[in-house]
Amino acid sequence: MDTILRAKEVTKRFGGLVAVNKLNIDIRKESISAVIGPNGAGKTTFFNCITGFYSPEEGSIIFDGNEIQGLSTDVITRTGISRTYQNIRLFSSMTALENVLVGQHPHLTTGWLGAVARTGKFRREEADALEEARRLLKFVGLSSLGNQVARNMSYGAQRRLEMARAMASRPKLLLLDEPTAGMNPNETEEMNEFIRKLRGEMGITILLIEHDMRVVMGISEQISVMDFGEKIAEGTPQDIQNNPRVIEAYLGRGAASGLESAKAH
Amino acid sequence: MTKSWLKRVSATDVVMWVVSLIIAGIVIYGSISSLQSGKYDGNTWKDLIVYGLTQGSIYALIALGYTLVYGILRMINFAHSEIYMSGPFASYFLASALLTSGFMDKQPWLSLILVALFAMFSSMVIAVSVERIAYRPLRKAPRLAPLITAIGASFFIQYVFKGLFGAGVKNYPELDVLKGQVNIFGLEMYRIHVIVLISAVGLMALLYTLVMKTKLGKAMRAVSEDKDSAALMGINVDQIISTTFAIGGVLAGAAGFLYAIMFRQVSWYMGFIPGLKAFTAAVLGGIGNIPGAMLGGLFLGLIESIGPTLFLAGLGIPAPNQLKDVIAFTLLVFILIFRPTGILGERLATKKA
Amino acid sequence: MQQEKSYLRQALEQGLVGGAIIVLIALLGIVEAFKERSIVGTVLSMGQTFIIGTQFLISYRTARKAGSDQKMAITGGAVTGAVSGLVLAFLVLLSMLFDLRPVFLNASPALFSILAFGQSQIVGMVLLVVFGAGIGALAGVIDTLAVRIRSTILQIVAIVVLTGLLAELIKLVLGQWPSIGRAMNWMFAGKGLSIIGAVVVALVVLVYNVYQAYAPVDPKKKPFFDAENWRGSKGYVRIAISVAVLLILPQILGVYMSEVLDQVGLYILMGLGLNIVVGYAGLLDLGYVAFFAIGAYVVGVMTSPEIAPKFFGMTFTWWEAVIPAVLVATSFGVILGIPVLRMRGDYLAIVTLGFGEIIRIVALSDLLKPVIGGSQGIQGIAKPAIGGFVFQDQQSLYYIILAGVFLAAFVAIRLRDSRLGRSWMAMREDEDVAEAMGIHLVTTKLLAFATGAAFSGLSGAIFAAKIGSIYPHSFNLMVSINVLALIIVGGLGSIPGVVVGSFALVGLPELLREFADYRLLVYGALLVWMMLNRREGLWPEEAHQRELYIDKDTPADAEA
Repeated sequence: MDTILRAKEVTKRFGGLVAVNKLNIDIRKESISAVIGPNGAGKTTFFNCITGFYSPEEGSIIFDGNEIQGLSTDVITRTGISRTYQNIRLFSSMTALENVLVGQHPHLTTGWLGAVARTGKFRREEADALEEARRLLKFVGLSSLGNQVARNMSYGAQRRLEMARAMASRPKLLLLDEPTAGMNPNETEEMNEFIRKLRGEMGITILLIEHDMRVVMGISEQISVMDFGEKIAEGTPQDIQNNPRVIEAYLGRGAASGLESAKAH
Repeated sequence: MTKSWLKRVSATDVVMWVVSLIIAGIVIYGSISSLQSGKYDGNTWKDLIVYGLTQGSIYALIALGYTLVYGILRMINFAHSEIYMSGPFASYFLASALLTSGFMDKQPWLSLILVALFAMFSSMVIAVSVERIAYRPLRKAPRLAPLITAIGASFFIQYVFKGLFGAGVKNYPELDVLKGQVNIFGLEMYRIHVIVLISAVGLMALLYTLVMKTKLGKAMRAVSEDKDSAALMGINVDQIISTTFAIGGVLAGAAGFLYAIMFRQVSWYMGFIPGLKAFTAAVLGGIGNIPGAMLGGLFLGLIESIGPTLFLAGLGIPAPNQLKDVIAFTLLVFILIFRPTGILGERLATKKA
Repeated sequence: MQQEKSYLRQALEQGLVGGAIIVLIALLGIVEAFKERSIVGTVLSMGQTFIIGTQFLISYRTARKAGSDQKMAITGGAVTGAVSGLVLAFLVLLSMLFDLRPVFLNASPALFSILAFGQSQIVGMVLLVVFGAGIGALAGVIDTLAVRIRSTILQIVAIVVLTGLLAELIKLVLGQWPSIGRAMNWMFAGKGLSIIGAVVVALVVLVYNVYQAYAPVDPKKKPFFDAENWRGSKGYVRIAISVAVLLILPQILGVYMSEVLDQVGLYILMGLGLNIVVGYAGLLDLGYVAFFAIGAYVVGVMTSPEIAPKFFGMTFTWWEAVIPAVLVATSFGVILGIPVLRMRGDYLAIVTLGFGEIIRIVALSDLLKPVIGGSQGIQGIAKPAIGGFVFQDQQSLYYIILAGVFLAAFVAIRLRDSRLGRSWMAMREDEDVAEAMGIHLVTTKLLAFATGAAFSGLSGAIFAAKIGSIYPHSFNLMVSINVLALIIVGGLGSIPGVVVGSFALVGLPELLREFADYRLLVYGALLVWMMLNRREGLWPEEAHQRELYIDKDTPADAEA
């Protein structure tokens, strides 16, 4: 029962609005966990607090034994957290391979002089990085698209490329912000398979945000439900499906159908 | 706890603290020795302050244009300094025509109002056309693109004016009604300073009412919050943006006119430095924030006017007035480093994700 | 019918726009300034070419919009041309009724005489409309021709105009060998081509095009500059020939053209630096001239016999000064960069602009006068020398500049293809995500800034040696804008683009001295036009292609 990430009383405000309110969440090592909740519940804000995009006003976030709240994003990435974005944010005029190469940035060390002199170390490092990038692209099924400029790729391919880029920094914890948004049921199923494979083959802990209850119930081992910035429930998929507060939060917003169909699944 | 605090301090922070301490030291030492030297009496300071506020009110009017556009489009309208230049430059021709016809001597106030209106109109036309031609097609382009067109437009307008109307400085007619001094609350002040200050403050009050109290103002604020939602609410976003440019242009034209009657000259390059200064003022007050721009303008004018005498003369620097622009730009850099949101603004708080 | 009507209205509007542009060109004094420069003998001057060219282009645009309907294309073209002529005629009419000169400086009788084809104003007005319609109709006709014929005609026109424009220089270069110069005399008349010369140039282009049309097509043939062509044994031959050409170039071109080449070279050097800052890292730096100035001033202070002994007790040679110059410029890049680079996007532009101004004002002020001479500047700057050979004149300094350009290009290419280059580009695309990839933004930006400053400092150091004495006014904002414009026109982030941009924006204006007054005006318009219509520049950077597969024959995507 190793905890890799622990959020303690995390609070983030925007002016008068409390986007995340005293949130406590523990994530077990090598688990697949999910944060769900209606629109505007503060899920993405919570992600942004973990990755350093925002710095929470109160509370602490402990990753792998170290406090990380308020550190800058590049430092946090180096400690082993990586993420994808709700609205895909690739380096759009760079090729797929280059996107993944950028992802490996924390693990490369050659500086200005090494690059200009093209030292032996530089060449070895670049060759290794390129091989690693090809391997990652193959893993996400984009081998043949390596030289395509990211903005010319299809939506699904862009999502997968974003994952390859996130994995390139060799994270211990991968945060996925709505990985199946805009996908049809087949693609969603593929993505689920893929996420399981990630955890299984690479031993990465995965925390995801989802709207789609079917995705969440299908793959996560632990679910936290947020509403109005607060955690209203936590537990296994079964617990969550039967939790009256969750049903209320969703029913209250007229999103019951999602829950119903998830049960029937 | 201390450890985590230390971890959050970067080397650049330390460098910046050291530099700012040094500068603060220089400023304080300079001020004290200037004041102690007793070279300057109360009257000098009063003149410098009134002059500074007058100059500052002109900066404030220009700064409002930067702030309005930034508030709505999140871009710096680089060509705004040329919008400011074009108004008084165009109305120079009207002014000299009125002068030669003798109308200006008979009806000085009416002539001034006509010239002012023409300046405001010309600046407005230029502002709206720049937006139409150079910015509108680039709404969805990468952020560097509109910035580059703005720079291009700025140079184009400058050199078109130079090419069409000549490189020399043109002198505005001298009017008796603007000369002399007046006594207000026991203070002797130049009449022109009083006129400029009152007109500028009046225009600012007008603008504030427009933005806060009218339907148009509400629409402008809505567009600046969120263009897409505003469009869904039935607001014609393009039209509101055009209107914003127009208002900014009118204010810039008025500022240019006030400058022209105060210093009695216009030229094709008169926009560059005041433009930079006004931008500084807008950032100083918090860009995107309307009262901020007004406050920033006045503050900058004041600092610039008393700064060289107060900070630098005491240090024994030769000809400190040569360095008055340096003070303004240094101020800009320091605000951006230590309080990028400006005195009043919160707009800059960057939304990252 | 409805369609036809709306098309004609479009043609009318285009004509008005075109007319307005020509009126602007005329009133700016461009037509008059270029009236002395003839393209083809006494038949066609450059001033007229501007008018006719604008009419032609705008009518051609109208004609293109007509689609496949030939009659409509010709009518549309003619209407546009005629309307633009009418606008000009209106200007002539105005000049008859009012004296425009108190307002428009260039509205001189000479201008209107050119506009009226040297005839009386009334006849001129009629001619303007008729001639405009003729040009427009011609544009329409050309639009309806087959692609190959059309492109041949356009090429002929463009090349004849260009040779005519540069005729004086061609004559100058040929004049270095009197016999060749005499032998080619028939080609030129006045400052332009003779009629026979123009016909010959046109014929040469025509023959080339016909040859191209009938020559067998080699599908394997790659464009000249394709990397493939420059590898292997054949590639070495090409490289050797290119290097040889570059080395003897100043000897062939003579003193005047070498001077122009030097200018272009110094701008390429600066452009390569700014390209790293703006093109790769996406940081818009408008105070770039500051580093150029610092490089020049360091060399000045260290080598000038008036100043150096005061501080160092001796004067240094140029070679001893150049490295400190680059280092000082680089350090200034870092020092200025630290506060500035924490800002986002737009602010950077305006703050660097302010910085550039601060440096210039300080250089001009009395504050530093004892060190850098205030407005009197620094004289007697040393020239570089190797052994007994002094790089004294433009032709020999060319080699120093060439070496500098090659060094900078080498560094720029190597950096581009490294982790650092990728970080710069990632930052340009999306700063926040780049930071979330573990890239330390301030350090990475500083490296870009410092590298750019180093190139600029080197350029300044060579510049100081080249002109021998420096003054603050050589380092004004125009330099920064020139460099920015040339990298944008060439293609942001593209190294060949820098070279193309420098030749187009620095070389060409140096050759056309009448152009000097309109330089920034044209740059301004060009920047706007490029951003609206051709954002990638003349020679865009291509996406980097790499070997895709680890072992070549397994495109194994199916399993995933």
